[in-house]
Amino acid sequence: MFAYLVKRVFQAIAVMFVISLIAFAIQGNLGDPLRELVGQSVSEEVRQQLREELGLNDPFLAQYLRFVSNALQGDLGTSYFFKEPALDVILKKLPATLELVLGATIIIIGLSVPLGVYTAIKPNTILSRGIMGLSIVGISVPVFLTAILMIFLFSVELGWLPSFGRGDIVPVWGYWETNFATADGWLHILMPSIALASIMLPLFVRLIRAEMMEVLQSEYVRYATAKGINPWRIYFVHALKNTLLPVITVGGVQIGTMVAYTILTETVFQWPGMGFMFLEAVNRVDTPLIVAYLIVVGGIFVVTNTIVDLIYGLVNPTVNLARMGA
Amino acid sequence: MSLLSVRDLNVKFAMRDETVTALNGISFDLAKGERLGIVGESGAGKSITGFALMNLLSRPGFIDSGEILFDGQDVVTMNNKQLREIRGNRIAMIFQDPMVTLNPVLTIGQQMVETLRAHRKVSHEEARQIAVVKLREVYIPSPEERLDQYPHELSGGMRQRIIIAIALLLDPQLIIADEPTTALDVTIQADIMELMLELCQSNQVGLILITHDLGVVSQMTERTLVMYAGRIIESGRTRSIINDPQHPYTQGLINALPQQTQPGERLRQIPGNMPTLAQIPSGCAFNPRCEFATDTCRSQIPKISQYGEVEVACHEVHRLQLETQLEDQEA
Amino acid sequence: MSDLSQQQQLSRFAKIMDSNMMYSFRRNPVAVASFVVFIIIAICAFLAPVIAPYNPYDPAQIDLLNSEYPPAWVEGALPEFVLGTDDQGRDLWSTILYGTRLSIIIGICAVALQAFLGISIGLVAGYVGGRTDNLLMRLADIQLSFSTLMVAIIFLAVTQALFGSELFNRYAVFFLIAVIGVAEWPQYARTVRATVLAEKKKEYIDSARVLGFGPMRIMLRHILPNSLSPIFVISTVQVANAIISEASLSFLGLGMPPSQPSLGSLISSGFDYIYSGSWWITVIPGVVLVVLVLVINLLGDWVRDVLNPKLYKG
Repeated sequence: MFAYLVKRVFQAIAVMFVISLIAFAIQGNLGDPLRELVGQSVSEEVRQQLREELGLNDPFLAQYLRFVSNALQGDLGTSYFFKEPALDVILKKLPATLELVLGATIIIIGLSVPLGVYTAIKPNTILSRGIMGLSIVGISVPVFLTAILMIFLFSVELGWLPSFGRGDIVPVWGYWETNFATADGWLHILMPSIALASIMLPLFVRLIRAEMMEVLQSEYVRYATAKGINPWRIYFVHALKNTLLPVITVGGVQIGTMVAYTILTETVFQWPGMGFMFLEAVNRVDTPLIVAYLIVVGGIFVVTNTIVDLIYGLVNPTVNLARMGA
Repeated sequence: MSLLSVRDLNVKFAMRDETVTALNGISFDLAKGERLGIVGESGAGKSITGFALMNLLSRPGFIDSGEILFDGQDVVTMNNKQLREIRGNRIAMIFQDPMVTLNPVLTIGQQMVETLRAHRKVSHEEARQIAVVKLREVYIPSPEERLDQYPHELSGGMRQRIIIAIALLLDPQLIIADEPTTALDVTIQADIMELMLELCQSNQVGLILITHDLGVVSQMTERTLVMYAGRIIESGRTRSIINDPQHPYTQGLINALPQQTQPGERLRQIPGNMPTLAQIPSGCAFNPRCEFATDTCRSQIPKISQYGEVEVACHEVHRLQLETQLEDQEA
Repeated sequence: MSDLSQQQQLSRFAKIMDSNMMYSFRRNPVAVASFVVFIIIAICAFLAPVIAPYNPYDPAQIDLLNSEYPPAWVEGALPEFVLGTDDQGRDLWSTILYGTRLSIIIGICAVALQAFLGISIGLVAGYVGGRTDNLLMRLADIQLSFSTLMVAIIFLAVTQALFGSELFNRYAVFFLIAVIGVAEWPQYARTVRATVLAEKKKEYIDSARVLGFGPMRIMLRHILPNSLSPIFVISTVQVANAIISEASLSFLGLGMPPSQPSLGSLISSGFDYIYSGSWWITVIPGVVLVVLVLVINLLGDWVRDVLNPKLYKG
């Protein structure tokens, strides 16, 4: 177990190293820090002096090491636009994005398992065919279009749901303000969560169905039937537990996609999260903020992938965590 | 009254364009505590027979007609609840490959306890105790520890012992074992067979042993059915069939045994292959591979009837008997 | 010997194409309908310069005064604009035709690039094995764990900031093809590698090696044909995904500029007008996009059902 953890941590460090290189390269090439600091009206001499002071003339390695050591201390530079530490800006936006992801995840997990299992064990009913038909339509509609069409229908035409922003939010802890405390907050997060879940949900329904159908063909399910076990126990203990293994793996990969989709969803709903902020930062060429976003998102990927791997190891007895570390 | 009585069982497979017959007019009886071998090459329908007896055929296979009376009740017409009551409880099954039979994500204990509790009102703790007793019966070392292990932590032979223990959990009246040792190492095969024989004899359990190995059948069973292309072609006491086979196919099977061959001599294999279900030849299905085949063999399906000590389905069985007698006289 | 087995492999594939595939195609009305719709969309898109009544790229044919006319069946429409006009006064029907063409071209080119990279890497990884294989597959894992869209967004965002939007817009098509093409190679590489590993063990590869054929020839002539059906299955779905990716990126303003709109950028430019009631600028290209992706996905589903040996049970 310990060796496995060490190995995972090493892998995580390697990935973060690559991300830091990319982030550093972006920082070095995008925009001009001097212009942001002092404007363009300063003489060349002063500029050179400033460059020297800021260490911009140092060798590459020295600059990179300084960047990393600053980053490790939580200093990812100061946002040109907000005039605040970039990390702070992001951390303030993080809860909005996480709550959106949470809402979508609840929808996805809550619906994909029952729908996937049902369509696998009763593949020929009208309801199953309907679900499968809808699911293929679901994966064919891009997230942003789902969002737009929902706004058009529920906000513009029917006027039932708010189309932008977070609504009434209640502070919980630190920067964290939650949508889940007021009815208005719930109304505001409903459509963005559904939109974010809209492409992942059908994907998972189809995946769970396919895996489940394969497991139901397996010898051990037939054996369980031959032992006279109750079909519900066969479906939900024997089959589902085996089905979940590949689903967890795919789920880990999809987390990355989900973060990318938050950018789309937040843009459409003007949701004040990290993704929306990132696009604004790109338009303003706010380099420190872009870099900070990259590092925070990279960190989220690495952490969640590691957690998913650990969960996989815990669910799957044939993965011996101790041996995998060797 | 016999424990199991199969009458004119027909099993079909619904394929894309047509329906093929996998089992054709299978009839046999099994007395309480009797051990029966079903022999044949792969594709003869042995395993399908085994699964059909528990009404456990998976799509596209289905029982088309016939009856399977177990203790007087017809398995074919039972509803799911009645079937569940019988499966694992009164008829247990041992599958072919122990590596894929046990559920990989459940412990041995979970898989034993669930079987007991599916049929008997026992507490979890009591169930574990019964499981330990049964594991001991199949000579599993330190059974308490095994209960918390997962299948992948155990060897194939160990797993098959556990599957035998699971089969014995509810003291069934009949065990159907489908090639229980083919997937195992040769060295372990004999141990497992011996164990099964011992347990069946001591517990008065009936056994249907499905195998391609006539040697195993001769050690394990009292009666034997020989199957070819979905039909029974010869049946009778195992000793009679081994010592004096009547059907040319059974003779071929016995001649092909390595024990029947002198060292250095070639193994005498039956030429050709078992036909696939979709392309069973007309007449006697064995005729293209049979050296005695006549026009009658090619056009009419032989009926099974008593001949000497066995029942056999062959048009030419009288002539065969004469020829062998002549050969014997010449020699 | 090796040629013989290869011929058998090829003829088996040809047989599938002949009998099984055609059989199931004819019996599957959804597949037939999807195919017909896809062909109609594709023909219309590629004949856009012939069919379209206006050229949306030609500023001389665009009049801002014509902007936001609704489609012909809505009150206040001009009869010459069947589907209405967009915010810049372009005929929506013409613009959609050109945009669909662009979306399909980007989708197919990006997938061709993915396939080329993925197949090459997969063949090398599987054939060479050892450390190279390990390294390449680890890379594939990492690449996959960062979603395509994320990589594409960051890459395009940085590129745009670096080059300025004018230069970026001029080469947007190539950037899009490159980034969608590069980001998804692991899909192919993994599948091809798996086939290579399975095939490498077989005798005919040994005999080809004994006959003195070089690795290139063995990989391309002997192993590759065996991975054709999974490649075909992946490609269909990937084209649909690439079109969605392109539309998403364009919607974010990181893809095709409004002056040369793809379906995504058309939807994007219409989004601002949805509150003011000009729904058609967004909804109509949206419907076209969904139908296009849907029929490709339906065809992909069908292809997978037919070709996937995993589903060949029973």
